Amino acid sequence: MRVHLDSEKCQGHNRCYALAPELFDVDDYGQAVLLVDGDVPDELQAKARLAASNCPEYAIKITENG
Amino acid sequence: MTDIVDKTTTAPAPQPGYVPPTFGEGPEDTHIWQRVPYNAADYGPVTDFATDFDHADPNYNRNAPEVWKELRDGGCPVAHSDRYGGMWIPITHDAVNEVAYDTENFTSRAVVVSVGRPGDLALPAPIGGAPPITSDPPFHNMARRLLLPAFAPKMIEPWEPEIKLLCNRLLDEIGEITPGETIIDAAVQYAQNIPVNVIGRMLGFPAQDEELFRKFVHDVIERITEEPGTREGMDDLGNYIMAQIQDHRDNPRDDLTSYLMNVEIEGFPVTDEIAGGMIILLLIAGIDTTWSAIGSSLWHLAQHPEDHRRLLDDPEVMTFALEEFLRAYAPVTMARMVAKDVDFHGCPMKKDDWVLLPFPAANRDPLKFEGPDDFIVDREENRHAAFGLGIHRCLGSNLARLELKVAIEEFIKRFPSFELAGDTRWSVGQIRGPRELPIRILEVAN
Repeated sequence: MRVHLDSEKCQGHNRCYALAPELFDVDDYGQAVLLVDGDVPDELQAKARLAASNCPEYAIKITENG
Repeated sequence: MTDIVDKTTTAPAPQPGYVPPTFGEGPEDTHIWQRVPYNAADYGPVTDFATDFDHADPNYNRNAPEVWKELRDGGCPVAHSDRYGGMWIPITHDAVNEVAYDTENFTSRAVVVSVGRPGDLALPAPIGGAPPITSDPPFHNMARRLLLPAFAPKMIEPWEPEIKLLCNRLLDEIGEITPGETIIDAAVQYAQNIPVNVIGRMLGFPAQDEELFRKFVHDVIERITEEPGTREGMDDLGNYIMAQIQDHRDNPRDDLTSYLMNVEIEGFPVTDEIAGGMIILLLIAGIDTTWSAIGSSLWHLAQHPEDHRRLLDDPEVMTFALEEFLRAYAPVTMARMVAKDVDFHGCPMKKDDWVLLPFPAANRDPLKFEGPDDFIVDREENRHAAFGLGIHRCLGSNLARLELKVAIEEFIKRFPSFELAGDTRWSVGQIRGPRELPIRILEVAN
């Protein structure tokens, strides 16, 4: 599984940071920063889905490795 | 290019030493406010929200979820009203989202629908009277970036112990309680005192002025059908902020007001007018909004002991419950003005018409939320729009969330059981929440 963050769409709601701090940080302006590069570890996949499904701006996308 | 963008090249144009009045009368034939042709008395109570919408109707905030449902079920995605000089009200999530994102056709120059539109003396778009909430691109982002760092999660988190202390002090001040008998007003004795204290401290304003801040909020947000010139609080607010700015210039200290005295936009110091506008935003926007969210959440818990119990038994569920309170009881409806004539899905919107943006209605759109009128304490998928959508996402959302979370947690810990004890009085206008909330305390924690 891969997680993608569209920084143009992010408006700093900080929901991802609250739900999945292992995957997302926030910068000094409250904008989301993706912490993983590449595959999401198995134990964090549920959190990645949770972050994606709570972003009000649809800025986070999940793709499954196929 | 558009009108909005053209104006950015000429504004701001502050003359040295010239500080135009923030509110009130200017030189003859010039106006901060332009009165719209609307007298509430000529209209009376609303009988059809689809064609005569009025968010100041005394029954609106009490019954808002039913109003939105009726409009949706009646196939009305955008309601209209002749009140306030003409107003449109998109109800669906898609329509609200579309307006929020379309900063070209919809300006944020005025965000509180009232009988007064900004006049020729008011700061023009893209700045507006209280930047960045009243600003459009590109100025919006410059002003917003000045304030964002102060409200980023890592700057707000350290306030948690302070807010906890405040909530417990307020609970202590309620005094002696006889379980099963004592009725408290959870809005007046508790909710309304929390955000005003925190933002007052962040701005470095005297604690004894809290009552005054609530009056300013009432004047700006609730007295929307009164002549702006007669709302004396509008002048008082401008004068108060200018006095605070002067005091902070004379006695700089470590607070947001002093910070704004020393910042620059594009290499130029911000004028007192712009800094004052930002302070007005911080003061007004953070008070009745969060107070309403706290009150509505307690109103819900007073009627749903099962949710109350779940939060006590499983405190971790607060992560989801907090967002569900925000979704189901979102307090804030924003507004825009139509920047130029536009056809919006068949609605002939005219320049200077108002557009309400009821994010709380978007949060109950069945196309976006399963069981939108059900409160699901552990709802896992929740893309609610309580803090808005697009570039104007609530600047203080992290602070608001923290205040709401701590306020609920401390209240339910202190009072493990309580119920409604009479009529709730709801606010009037764009901010929805209880203003009087009688609650009978059934149990007090040892």
